[in-house]
Amino acid sequence: MNRCPAIALAALLLAAFPLLAGEIRPDQRRSGYSFMAPDTKAIQDDDTANPGMLFVLDGQTLWTRKLGAADKSCADCHGDAAGSMKGVAARYPAFDKALGRPVDLEQRINLCRANHQQASPLAYESHELLALTAFIARQSRGIAISTGDDPQLAPFVAKGRERFMQRQGQLNLACANCHDDNWDRKLAGSAITQAHPTGYPLYRLEWQTLGSLQRRLRSCISGIRAQPYDYGAPELVELELYLMSRAHGMTMETPAVRP
Amino acid sequence: MASALVNVPPKAKRGDIIEIKTLMSHIMETGFRHTAGGDVVPRDIITSFTCRYNGTEVFRADFFPAIAANPYLSFFTIAKDSGKFEFEWIGDNGFSATASATIMVE
Amino acid sequence: MRTMHTRRRFLGLAGGAAVAGAVPVVTLRPSQATPAMLNSAIRNVVGEAPVRAGKVTLDIPPLVENGNTVPMTVRVASPMTATDFVKSIHVFNEKNPQPNIGNFYIGVSAGRAQVSTRIRLADSQKVVAIARLSDDSFWSVSADVVVTLAACTEEVN
Repeated sequence: MNRCPAIALAALLLAAFPLLAGEIRPDQRRSGYSFMAPDTKAIQDDDTANPGMLFVLDGQTLWTRKLGAADKSCADCHGDAAGSMKGVAARYPAFDKALGRPVDLEQRINLCRANHQQASPLAYESHELLALTAFIARQSRGIAISTGDDPQLAPFVAKGRERFMQRQGQLNLACANCHDDNWDRKLAGSAITQAHPTGYPLYRLEWQTLGSLQRRLRSCISGIRAQPYDYGAPELVELELYLMSRAHGMTMETPAVRP
Repeated sequence: MASALVNVPPKAKRGDIIEIKTLMSHIMETGFRHTAGGDVVPRDIITSFTCRYNGTEVFRADFFPAIAANPYLSFFTIAKDSGKFEFEWIGDNGFSATASATIMVE
Repeated sequence: MRTMHTRRRFLGLAGGAAVAGAVPVVTLRPSQATPAMLNSAIRNVVGEAPVRAGKVTLDIPPLVENGNTVPMTVRVASPMTATDFVKSIHVFNEKNPQPNIGNFYIGVSAGRAQVSTRIRLADSQKVVAIARLSDDSFWSVSADVVVTLAACTEEVN
């Protein structure tokens, strides 16, 4: 077996993602799935029992619904989502040339609605936006995350990483304190995961519904008693971008289930 | 949009015991939660589920607030004849939803 | 809102009076089921018939990741023949605000007396499953479940 390509690849990967003190080594990365109890894993594994699939089904219906002043459906431009949307969610957040900054999948959907369907934006965490996002991201299930490959995103990834490492709030905690330094330990009986957003939007048992990564981030930030950014804030998108690029190479699981 | 996910094996042999799985989107509001202002959020749950196989009831369930949101049910029945499974969910505030699936039994 | 103001005022007065030693503080309606409520909920289903331990198994994680959604399977060992089958399964809990969880009506055409669903548990507590057989005898099992809530308080965001 020729080991050279493997070694070269490993060197490339390490060079591409220089490790700072405390960051998780690429070979040690684990999805939140691996921290769950077997019963919870079983809920995610079965498409006929995963409540996230209810949203995917709704998204499938919405995909073909004509709406807006342009009376167009997503399908009119994008055709069959299984083909056109394959791999899309795995590389989001992505750089938007017109705005000159990254946008996440929810924002991309609303931009499409505004620009191409002439329809009003869907509210964050609304059933419809969640359903569409879940349906689109479901087309990337099983695909490796490739977010951050675009060099235009580099300054935004850096900002996101800074925010991840920054202590904040009344508890003076940084995301990294738990998710880089103390993963696999317990916090009040629950496992601390590595915080890889491999399955968003996901069905969180705590919410008893599907929710976006931004919802989770806002809860985390409230949880450490800091002021959460508003939905859609560039700070949140940069955090999303950093988290996805930190999970580069991991497999998408949407719609995941988490406790 | 109330959607249902039902899973019935499309084919079975006569006499086989088959598993039926159903998932219905519903908030199952318990009636025990309070808003920040102190008001009770009123109960809004599915109260009953029925499964009919070619018109005959083969399974029924009473739900209480302790059933989790987006109620999931798995139960069994004996495959008898080809035909239709009909599912019905009834709940508070006039909630009513149905779904169906066909089965070929040889 | 009005209820809260009167209740607050009443409690304030009651508390003050209690401190003064004059009036015992009124207990609020319990926000949890008590063993008495559990027993009476069981009696409602079972009547005066004896409930024997056995035949029923309750598959529920002993340590639950999130009390909001707990997967649960109830199984009854029964030949499921025309003369010996399970009519229904009833599940109860000890410490939720309400003692009932669900009733499942099965019958001989089920082939297998097994039901799975997902339930809510408000606290570490006992879950009880009771099966009614075709001869109207009752069999039960109970399981103790530890519920740990999510670590960070989820605020309305």
